[in-house]
Amino acid sequence: MSKATDTIGELVSQDYKWGFVTEIEQDIAPPGLNEDIIRLISGKKEEPEWLLEWRLKAYRYWLTIKEPTWHNVHYSPIDYQSVSYYAAPKKKLESLDEVDPELLKTYAKLGIPLEEQKMLTGVAVDAVFDSVSVATTYKGKLAELGIIFCSFSEAAQQHPELVRRYLGSVVPYTDNFFATLNSAVFTDGSFVYVPKGVRCPMELSTYFRINAESTGQFERTLIIADEGAYVSYLEGCTAPMRDENQLHAAVVELITHDNATIKYSTIQNWYPGDKDGKGGIFNFVTKRGKCLGRNSHISWTQVETGSAITWKYPSCILIGDNSVGEFYSVALTNNYQQADTGTKMTHIGKNTRSTIVSKGISAGHGQNTYRGGVKILKSATGARNYTQCDSLLIGDKCGAHTFPYIEVKNPTARMEHEACTSKIGDDQIFYCNQRGITKEDAVNLIVNGFCKEVFRELPMEFAVEAQKLLGISLEGSVG
Amino acid sequence: MLEIKNLHVQAGNHEILKGVDLKVNVGEVHSIMGPNGSGKSTLAQVLAGRETYRVTEGEVLYDGKNLLEMAPEERACEGVFMAFQYPVEIPGVGSAQFLKAALNAIRKRRGLEELDAMEFLTLVKQKIKSLGVDEKLLHRSVNEGFSGGEKKRNEIFQMALLEPRLCIMDETDSGLDIDALKIVANGVNALRTPERAIVVITHYQRLLNYVVPDYVHVLLDGRIVKSGGKELALELEEKGYAWVEEEARAAAQA
Ligand SMILES: Nc1ncnc2c1ncn2[C@@H]1O[C@H](COP(=O)(O)OP(=O)(O)OP(=O)(O)O)[C@@H](O)[C@H]1O
Ligand SMILES: [Mg+2]
Repeated sequence: MSKATDTIGELVSQDYKWGFVTEIEQDIAPPGLNEDIIRLISGKKEEPEWLLEWRLKAYRYWLTIKEPTWHNVHYSPIDYQSVSYYAAPKKKLESLDEVDPELLKTYAKLGIPLEEQKMLTGVAVDAVFDSVSVATTYKGKLAELGIIFCSFSEAAQQHPELVRRYLGSVVPYTDNFFATLNSAVFTDGSFVYVPKGVRCPMELSTYFRINAESTGQFERTLIIADEGAYVSYLEGCTAPMRDENQLHAAVVELITHDNATIKYSTIQNWYPGDKDGKGGIFNFVTKRGKCLGRNSHISWTQVETGSAITWKYPSCILIGDNSVGEFYSVALTNNYQQADTGTKMTHIGKNTRSTIVSKGISAGHGQNTYRGGVKILKSATGARNYTQCDSLLIGDKCGAHTFPYIEVKNPTARMEHEACTSKIGDDQIFYCNQRGITKEDAVNLIVNGFCKEVFRELPMEFAVEAQKLLGISLEGSVG
Repeated sequence: MLEIKNLHVQAGNHEILKGVDLKVNVGEVHSIMGPNGSGKSTLAQVLAGRETYRVTEGEVLYDGKNLLEMAPEERACEGVFMAFQYPVEIPGVGSAQFLKAALNAIRKRRGLEELDAMEFLTLVKQKIKSLGVDEKLLHRSVNEGFSGGEKKRNEIFQMALLEPRLCIMDETDSGLDIDALKIVANGVNALRTPERAIVVITHYQRLLNYVVPDYVHVLLDGRIVKSGGKELALELEEKGYAWVEEEARAAAQA
């Protein structure tokens, strides 16, 4: 019937709006991975000797292990020797005023003008441009409270005792193939330490952006909340458009002591590749939190709309009695994107509780896998888990898969699991159209409704951003 | 206002409408009756722009414009409303949010200011009361878990809220209890103004006692084979469709 005749399956063809390359002179290491490169990275960063040793141990271990194949994603083999492991802007930058205007323009395009953000939103931004932190704002104010918020490199120099104590304590360098690789070659990332009894008064935020061609980005983030401390951290990611695939293998470690809380939110919008599945970021990330203390609380919230491949399982190890782990996730795959994501909750302490809410949205040829592991150890008397994992399908060429693994070694555990798969039906779209609502708006309404339990967990302004991002990522997926 | 000429419609390879002609002027109420499967819902859905149906012949003019060329949401914004025979559930989408999106889309199109949350709520609460729909439904997902009758009433409530110019009601009376039927009828009669037209698809005389039609048409096997005044509905209720069928066959042979 004339121009009104389209069906679901076409609204997924929106161009990537963040595909621009910043022209800044870069200092790039030659491609390839060997001990010399690792020494080069460590040297450039003026790291203490023990850190170099730790990197080298990781590298030597990495040589002995194989890339995992158990996940439900498909990609051609990565040639680790063709990747350049270090790229830094050539100029040394000390304050925001010295930041290359090109770079500031990049951030402006991303919609995060640093100056504006500083003034208007009260968000302290630690911007990671490729591998080196270029600007850390609000440091002074935070310092008054004893909060350390800086780049990882800076922390390694200024607070080596903290870094040494906690680095690898949650994700050891032997953890998995990508985490091991990261341990050997990580370039930068964020470091946060919130001292006893301090409630961080603002959202801490980092925007990551992969820029240089053929550079892997390996951030290392370490966040520690000491007794009774509270911090909410947001990470946002975007990458320019490239034909070839780029590798991103980050490691994030969180530690909470007694009565401490860390909320970690991610909005991930790495370049997903084009309509035909060409290019895009390979996002192989290890994120894990350790609730060390009693009544401590770690909450992961993620909105994943980008990357060609996402391989990511933000997890919690609940050691302290009464500690709480949470995972709220929206993962969207469109075109030829693949996501294999979920969480692992390991209950060790008594009366530990975990909540998992996973919302997978698949459109186009997207494949979305939820993989969850809940483990109740023998010691975890009175442990409770609630898992809800829902899938929403748009069109009929996409897929949703769920693999919930449960292992219960203590009979007092209470486990609840709910799952449902739904489809956006042509009849639902038509119903909305008949009330004057366009297809795009109808899909947005339905998708946002589907995700609202997760969006509720995001800081207000980011929830709005997340909604917009989903809308943009789905434009064209329904005709 | 609405002019349907020789409309042929297929779903797949199956021809459902086989040349429908119908003219509806502003201010008129038309009723379409006909046995199950005769094509009543198909006609309503084609007018609303449902894409599963293919128009193979004929045309439909709405205010002199080619209706079939307009996207379904454009038609809605131009004032075409269809109360669905089977309103679909949209889990997760709050009714209030849905209605606000709908109302503002339509207002925008009509060059009116979009309503803010407060103005919207005031309006909605007033309309919902007049249709005897429970306000609690606003806090639930669109049609989700609504009873059959609630769904039907909700359609008329939406119609009252969106103030369309051409109202098409597909068996809105089916499944309503007697009180609800009166409430719905009152709602429809309130919309019965000289600048609107209403098309009521129904199987029963009941509703027509309250919403008295100017014309009654019989749709049979994809064609309107008989038209008359409000008495025709009574006659059909009494005698069924066999005699109309007979007449139509005779006419075709003659
Ligand atoms: N999408 C479709 N594909 C195939 N056949 C269809 C489709 N929609 C309707 N039909 C068929 O077309 C005929 C008319 O259906 P329609 O729903 O318009 O009837 P109706 O007059 O509204 O009936 P009822 O009084 O039972 O509501 C039926 O035989 C039906 O099975
Ligand atoms: Mg019908």
